[in-house]
Amino acid sequence: MIELATALAEEACCLGIEALPGGEGAVMLRGTAHRFGDDINTDYIISGKYKFKTLDMDELARHVMEDLDPRFYERLQPGDFVVAGRNFGCGSSREQAPLALIHAKVGGVIAASFARIFYRNAVNTGLPVIECDTSGICQGDVLEVDLGGGDVHDITRGLRVQARPLPPFMQRILTDGGLVAHIKKHGGFCLDG
Amino acid sequence: MGKTIAEKILSNHCGQEVRAGDLVLADVDFVMSQDGTSPLAIKAFNEMGGGKVFDPSKVAMVIDHSAPSPNEGTSNLHKLMREFAREQGIILYDIGEGVCHQLLPERGHVLPGDLVVGADSHTCTYGAIGAFSTGVGSTDLAAALMTGKMWFKVPESIRIVCKGRLPDGTFSKDLALYLAGKLTADGATYMSCEFGGDAVERLSVDARFTLCNMAVEMGAKAGIIEPGGEVLAWVRERATRRFRPVFADDGTYANVLEYDVSRLAPQVARPHQVDNVCDVGDVSHVEIHQAFIGTCTNGRLEDLRAAASVVEGRKVHPDVRLIVAPASRRILFDAMREGVLQTLVQAGAAVVVPGCGPCVGTHNGVPADGEVVISTANRNFKGRMGNSAAQVYLASPATVAASAIFGRITDPRKLL
Repeated sequence: MIELATALAEEACCLGIEALPGGEGAVMLRGTAHRFGDDINTDYIISGKYKFKTLDMDELARHVMEDLDPRFYERLQPGDFVVAGRNFGCGSSREQAPLALIHAKVGGVIAASFARIFYRNAVNTGLPVIECDTSGICQGDVLEVDLGGGDVHDITRGLRVQARPLPPFMQRILTDGGLVAHIKKHGGFCLDG
Repeated sequence: MGKTIAEKILSNHCGQEVRAGDLVLADVDFVMSQDGTSPLAIKAFNEMGGGKVFDPSKVAMVIDHSAPSPNEGTSNLHKLMREFAREQGIILYDIGEGVCHQLLPERGHVLPGDLVVGADSHTCTYGAIGAFSTGVGSTDLAAALMTGKMWFKVPESIRIVCKGRLPDGTFSKDLALYLAGKLTADGATYMSCEFGGDAVERLSVDARFTLCNMAVEMGAKAGIIEPGGEVLAWVRERATRRFRPVFADDGTYANVLEYDVSRLAPQVARPHQVDNVCDVGDVSHVEIHQAFIGTCTNGRLEDLRAAASVVEGRKVHPDVRLIVAPASRRILFDAMREGVLQTLVQAGAAVVVPGCGPCVGTHNGVPADGEVVISTANRNFKGRMGNSAAQVYLASPATVAASAIFGRITDPRKLL
């Protein structure tokens, strides 16, 4: 059965990216910070008025964050980061939220904390989610994120912040390439070892 | 050593004794998705090589959020759901049957002691009858469809004790909004909220659904009430299988919060956050253009009765549209039979198809730029109702009905 002792510590406080399995070869992401506040809900990430109509995620991506910043998608460069405060992704369970961010070519979301359904959805779909103190990161800062070491480097400000590690089982899902690939590989959930 | 309700239910579903913090792979009793989440779940299920669902009698898909379809894109996604349901032999609730979170308990699919996942964040509603139920995304749901299992971290629990008798004119919605204001939007993140105390024990079944429905607005994974009061009798009328109710016993809580609600005033959540809560008197100057009564929070018979008792013999203000969406076809029937619907329509209400109505901004009453809406829904995020230039306030059915009569946010105690 599952080795519970080695299982998730605290879902709430273990969010973030730890060393990618295998250990070798750090995965570095680099991009500009787009700063948002606390309680960014999934309606803001992608509005209900679009998501019921289509499975075309590239189409949804054009409307990402539209109600908060109508020009967000235009200004976004591939690999840029969404940086937010507490409770990112609260509200609806829509998986279109992480998918729209992925298809908008957002490199990852860095937040002080995440709402639980969004966090699961992000890992399941392969969107990097990094939990750390974001209070020192400002709009337009250039960031480098080491997904291996869990280190967020604000190059503009010369600031380094350590991210909280991803729980081991979620790390395994991410390593397998998301939940679809995990299930295909193991024929079901594989929680042990 | 005692256990919380969450620990007991998860233990019962994974074949071992587990506690907060443990990771479990648990068998689920029922799996649900709706028209905003099913299409992606079907796609993920097929990509996983899903084949047949684990047990078609334990799976329902509900077309409720954008139903009947307002455009061809949505129609094609609804068609995909109907075809999948036919191929798999699962339960499909098509347009007009009602909101998923009313249908699952109403049709006896969810029972006390159950473990349920749904691809909708308000799946926490079924805690009202003592189930542990929680929202997941479409890919998690696809894995549950295929395997009949889901992984969980057993959550810590917060015990929320509400003491005293809710005053006349104040309802479980006011209690839910009050608690959302106190706990804030992430005050219970990752936790199970166990609601108790004599104020909660006195709540009707309908009122319990309203309270547990809003647990996710405090960030909670689940909101649960011990299945006392009228609950077991209510469930027995509907149950199609055996069930095992679960009660708390001296468990370990992360926190115990106590509130005296005996002097609670009707509550209102102001734009654009659910936890931006105040007494109704603080916003009684606000003029409104649209009033909406319905949703998985407040579209039940008791809610429609409360609204009808407020508007009876009165007329909706000429500058206000009042929209009513019963939460299910059965509720619509009952409201017709009792004359509740007639009272609402005579007062000027526009009744729409049982379902989610205008809650998610796809149809049935998208507000114009600069308009103000007061709604019985659970979310008032900017743009939630389809227009980011509108403002949405949340309140109980009685407060919404009273506001519709006066054209401004109104304390319902004036009319009851």
